[in-house]
Amino acid sequence: MSETKIKISNLYKAFGKKVVLDGIDLDIAKGESLVVIGGSGTGKSVLIKCIQGILTPDNGSILIDDREVVGESEEEKEAMHSKMGMLFQGGALFDSLTVWENVAFSLLMNQKMEKKQAKAEAIRVLRQVGLAPDVADLSPSELSGGMQKRVGLARAIATRPEIIFFDEPTTGLDPIMADVINDLIIESVKGLGATALTITHDMASARKIADKIAMLYKGKIIWQGTVKEMDKTDNAYVRQFINGCSQGPIKVEV
Amino acid sequence: MLVTYIQNFLRRQGKPLVTFISRLGELSIFIARTLYNCVTPPFYGKILWRQIVEMGFYSLPVVGLTTIFAGMVIALQSYSGFSRFGAEGAVASVVLISVTRELAPVLSALMVAGRVGAAMAAEIGTMRVTEQIDALTTLSTNPFKYLVTPRILAGLIVMPILVLIGDVIGIFGGYVVGVYKLGFNPANYINSTLQNLQAIDITTGVVKAAVFGFIVSLMGCYNGYKSKGGAQGVGEATTNAVVSASILILIFNYIVTELFFSK
Repeated sequence: MSETKIKISNLYKAFGKKVVLDGIDLDIAKGESLVVIGGSGTGKSVLIKCIQGILTPDNGSILIDDREVVGESEEEKEAMHSKMGMLFQGGALFDSLTVWENVAFSLLMNQKMEKKQAKAEAIRVLRQVGLAPDVADLSPSELSGGMQKRVGLARAIATRPEIIFFDEPTTGLDPIMADVINDLIIESVKGLGATALTITHDMASARKIADKIAMLYKGKIIWQGTVKEMDKTDNAYVRQFINGCSQGPIKVEV
Repeated sequence: MLVTYIQNFLRRQGKPLVTFISRLGELSIFIARTLYNCVTPPFYGKILWRQIVEMGFYSLPVVGLTTIFAGMVIALQSYSGFSRFGAEGAVASVVLISVTRELAPVLSALMVAGRVGAAMAAEIGTMRVTEQIDALTTLSTNPFKYLVTPRILAGLIVMPILVLIGDVIGIFGGYVVGVYKLGFNPANYINSTLQNLQAIDITTGVVKAAVFGFIVSLMGCYNGYKSKGGAQGVGEATTNAVVSASILILIFNYIVTELFFSK
């Protein structure tokens, strides 16, 4: 086995009486692309936010490069974040800034790069995700959904992070654009040699970008394995989810 | 039966109190974090400057209009009131005192709360619900330092300056009405204003302005930062920011006045 990049053990998180994460154990190897699948509201986003330190788990441990990140100070978290990139579901682009300022945000704010140099770098990364240089001076609100996703991806990889998180990267895109984004994700993750954690319920996307798939249900990881193993599994929950049946052990709470 | 009834009754009474106290605690933590981030690096000077321009320069027309009419109406009212016992001569000093101590700080702050506090809550609230604040965190930027601290500092710096300008404009408004409508001698009016001018009038106004500026920014940022649940949540945050800032301005106006003038 290759070395472990992120090791999550026994992670708990509840909001009031609602238990969202109920003892998660999950290992992500270095350079691996793990996709967490699961229905809406099963705590996928909470899991990512706990790893990033945006939410503090109630109990459990998260080791990144063998370093405990639960309970770190703000300054330590900031240092940790420089190793991470994240593509948000809605893009979460800063609408008060232009496209290139979004992409170069961390370069300008944290690495104090010269404006000219940062812009050149931003344009280079934009080209990498298939956007023309003249997009750089537009405002994010002038872009289509697919282009916003691309800019979000460019922003996530601009700092060459070691870990990249993808929050439902293909939601809200047409199937072709979704596949383009999938290709870009694979390309950029492999290009950087980064470790990737994706949460999605889009099975086409999961099959394409995953080295390994884990299924989250009722706050627990109930199954994990490769895509091939997933197709052969007789786990009723996984079968129901990947086939998209309304009948089965998973009951949709209305 | 009766016991559960009483329990439910008490629970209903207690819930708002618990909510209120937990809000108060949340706000205290928010203030503490803000103050801590005001004095620890990194500092974002450019963003602070942008906020100062946005909050100060662009508020000038509103503050100018508010204070000039406040000064004018005070001149008119005090003239008609004081003429009943032949004290028309006091108009200049009444305008001076009411504008510098009360009208310029309070009215300007209320206008700025409506103009800037609402915008802050809407902007930060939208950033919250569209995950832009989380995005800041993942880009190793402390959202407090990037969003909250510059706005709070801008409020503290800008409001006193706005009020000083408002003082001048308000007194000018009184002068215009006094001289051109009520027939005062211009030289006498100016003379009487200058003779009655005391440092304490200006000082209280400026201190109040700083407090109000803090309140406006704090309520705008706090309500925006804690907003949740999409467009409706942002709308609520904006309303709360303006209403709470306005009420707090009036309350603290009394408290500061009490601190300065109660013997």
